[in-house]
Amino acid sequence: MATMQTRIVLDKQDLNRTLTRIAHEISERSRGMEHLVLIGIRRRGVAIAQRLSQKLHDITGVPVPVGALDITLYRDDLSEIDAQPVLKKTEIPFSVKGKRIILCDDVLYTGRTIRAALDGIIDLGRPMSIQLAVLIDRGHRELPIQANYVGKAISTTSDEQIEVFLEEDDHIDQVLVKKAA
Amino acid sequence: MELRNKDLLAIRDLSPEEILLILDTAESMKEISTRDIKKVPTLRGKTVINLFYEPSTRTRTSFEIAGKRLSADVINISSATSSTTKGETLKDTGRNLQAMNPDLIVIRHAAAGAPKILADALPVPVINAGDGAHEHPTQALLDAFTIREKKKTLAGITVAIIGDITHSRVARSNIALLQKMGAEVRLSGPYTMVPPYIEALGVSFIPDIGEAIRDADVIMMLRIQLERQQHGLFPTVREYARFFGLNRERLQRAKPDVLIMHPGPLNRGVEISPDVADGPYSIILDQVTNGVAVRMALLYLLIGK
Amino acid sequence: MALLIKNGRVLDPASGLDDITDILVEGGKIRALARGLAPAAGAGTEEVSVLDATGLVVMPGLIDMHTHLREPGHEYKETIQTGSRAGAAGGFTSLVCMANTSPPNDTAAVTEFILEKARREACVNIYPVGALTRGLKGEELTEIGDLKGAGVVALSDDGHTVKNAGIMRRGLEYARNFSLPVICHCEEDDLSSGGVIHEGITSALLGLRGIPPVAEEIIVARDIALSAWTRHPVHIAHVSTVGSVQIIREAKARGVKITAETAPHYFTLTDEAVRTFDTNTKINPPLRSEKDVEALKEGLRDGTIDVIASDHAPHSSLEKDVEYDTAAFGIIGLETSLALTLRLVSQQVMSLTQALEKLTINPAKILAIDKGRLGEGADADITIVDMDAEHTIDVTAFKSKSRNSPFHGWRLKGRVIYTMVSGTIVFQAKS
Repeated sequence: MATMQTRIVLDKQDLNRTLTRIAHEISERSRGMEHLVLIGIRRRGVAIAQRLSQKLHDITGVPVPVGALDITLYRDDLSEIDAQPVLKKTEIPFSVKGKRIILCDDVLYTGRTIRAALDGIIDLGRPMSIQLAVLIDRGHRELPIQANYVGKAISTTSDEQIEVFLEEDDHIDQVLVKKAA
Repeated sequence: MELRNKDLLAIRDLSPEEILLILDTAESMKEISTRDIKKVPTLRGKTVINLFYEPSTRTRTSFEIAGKRLSADVINISSATSSTTKGETLKDTGRNLQAMNPDLIVIRHAAAGAPKILADALPVPVINAGDGAHEHPTQALLDAFTIREKKKTLAGITVAIIGDITHSRVARSNIALLQKMGAEVRLSGPYTMVPPYIEALGVSFIPDIGEAIRDADVIMMLRIQLERQQHGLFPTVREYARFFGLNRERLQRAKPDVLIMHPGPLNRGVEISPDVADGPYSIILDQVTNGVAVRMALLYLLIGK
Repeated sequence: MALLIKNGRVLDPASGLDDITDILVEGGKIRALARGLAPAAGAGTEEVSVLDATGLVVMPGLIDMHTHLREPGHEYKETIQTGSRAGAAGGFTSLVCMANTSPPNDTAAVTEFILEKARREACVNIYPVGALTRGLKGEELTEIGDLKGAGVVALSDDGHTVKNAGIMRRGLEYARNFSLPVICHCEEDDLSSGGVIHEGITSALLGLRGIPPVAEEIIVARDIALSAWTRHPVHIAHVSTVGSVQIIREAKARGVKITAETAPHYFTLTDEAVRTFDTNTKINPPLRSEKDVEALKEGLRDGTIDVIASDHAPHSSLEKDVEYDTAAFGIIGLETSLALTLRLVSQQVMSLTQALEKLTINPAKILAIDKGRLGEGADADITIVDMDAEHTIDVTAFKSKSRNSPFHGWRLKGRVIYTMVSGTIVFQAKS
């Protein structure tokens, strides 16, 4: 990595503040917690959903169920990537029918992951609504998709990489922007 | 991680890591079959051909459902409707199918090694759905999946495989798989249906079925083909059931949480008594359920990219 | 035209000769065999060409006493013409062809057809084997006297065992009147039928139906007992098992007049070769175990096995490019037998003289044909070999019509440079 320039965009405290803010926005705009569920996209969207659920519980006193969605089987780029992704389980311990779903992911980029996730959820049943919450929005959309809740919008060039680290998966909380020197 | 070979012809060709990858992927696939809408778009636009030269309801249906749940188009060709009756060779049939650009061929054939003929001749991936008495790798994988689901592990468990070993592709694939994954395999059955030198495969043979069952974690009963009686391999069905069949009394010797498996179709009252087949230890129907998940996993791993 | 072969290492197992010397060939015969022969040693009226054999081994033309030439009946697999060319390329000057053609060689008419075809189209000597029973069915004896008159040198139902021991006994007795040796294909088909591979570790692994060694050994023992009782020699074809070697060795020690052969593939390959389901490993008897291979080598070394024969069995892709279970038994061997035999010499299983004896004088003696030696006055059937030349076996370059060899791609030492029959060069290696 000697040839990479690295810049921290969110540290542990920033990250926590950002998620707290998103949780507040969700609770304000949701007008009651009824039928509200969080579904995280594997892999780091799951930890984000879990943290938001905890924070929503702290704010409203109401438990918000969390599910985990694996979108591998819905990807549109399976034939284009070199290494076949390892399939993980979709674990959604509730019916999506009639639910107000908040889909959670770490980075919103081309929008293709979200497209796959929307298809995946709709195959599970007909929710009342689906909203999107992301930690980072880095732009460069290839599909008409926007997030309802954005932690931080960063303008990037396509040769930059956004790396999100969460304690649950990576033993540290931080978000980096990397760029080839 | 991915599978190394284009085809799945034999458990012999798989590494323990590949077996784990298949089992883990199948675990994720299993959830799809529990949904209201049992379909994902992964293999949309892919064509899977089930080429069956032997009658089979269970395996063919299992592959068909697996393909359809992944949105593949599945075409069934059985020997009665194929051109084999016109004297076409297997290789020619394969080349003709290849000319229609399928993405995967599943083959069941009475001759050992037949899937390899297709696999060597064609660029398309080939899955062996049972070739003669050679191998039935997807059966062994679904058996392993089912055991692991119940026992959490394959390493260190004791599996007794009982019956017609000589003519059983299920036994051969299971022996290979269980050994690779660190299980202890014991065989039992009449000597007329055990190949000489079977110990060379690294398994033990115990002539007394009661002894073979003793403290086993899993008992796999093999189907006995009744026509073998005409070839002198056993004297009567009655005697076979009495000395080599699994009944409740014999079962006492196994571990209290023993699992009973059978690749089907069952000869009730011959190799397995009805009360055992339907009893609490029997996981025969779990095997069938898991067969779909394991075959979905294989389709995904072989043509999902 | 006369021919002078100069400075070769002349090796003649029949006389024990192994020396650098010269051979003068004239009128299809060996005229002189001595060191320092000059072209002028010829009769003078003929032009003498000189063939420099420095560094090469000059040996009697090889005799293959177990070949299937497929004519009449299966000319798409091999003909007398193509088979003889394959033989010449492999260093063979005499081929003994088995009777399981279509129709089988069970009447003088078929024998005459074969010999007439051979006269017109073969480049090496062809010796037909007559069937012992009509249609190779094991039921009624053939007209053995007639067959002998037409030119058969032995009798055999090869491909089948004469199942009925009583018929076999009568066959041996009747053949005795005509001094025709009987070559036995030993296989108890109650034990072997349906089998496609040696019954052993590989069959257990692959789930292919096995042929147990005992299927061969039972009939080897039976035919030796019948030979002893009828006092007529039998020759045991394609010995493949340790048990057969023991039975033959023990019978010879008792003084029973029997001989035996094996084929190069049996001392070169084991049933391991079947693992890939390559149908070019499917033969009958099947490729056996390592133990059997070792026993065959020991049998060759101690003389229990007298002859190495190819059991050249051509098949086309129609028979071989199919499932293992349905593929035909048999592989071709004329163009690989010598090099595979020479491997045993480099492995020090046998001396070169011993190895060549099993390809020359021993089969000649068993069949009572005046071939397989290099004395003055003998037919000038001569094979000249470069023992050190390595070559890659390439079935596509074979003279045989068929390609069913498991040795494709093997690198082997020992290359035939010249093959001559009655003084005429019938094969010459491309330089």
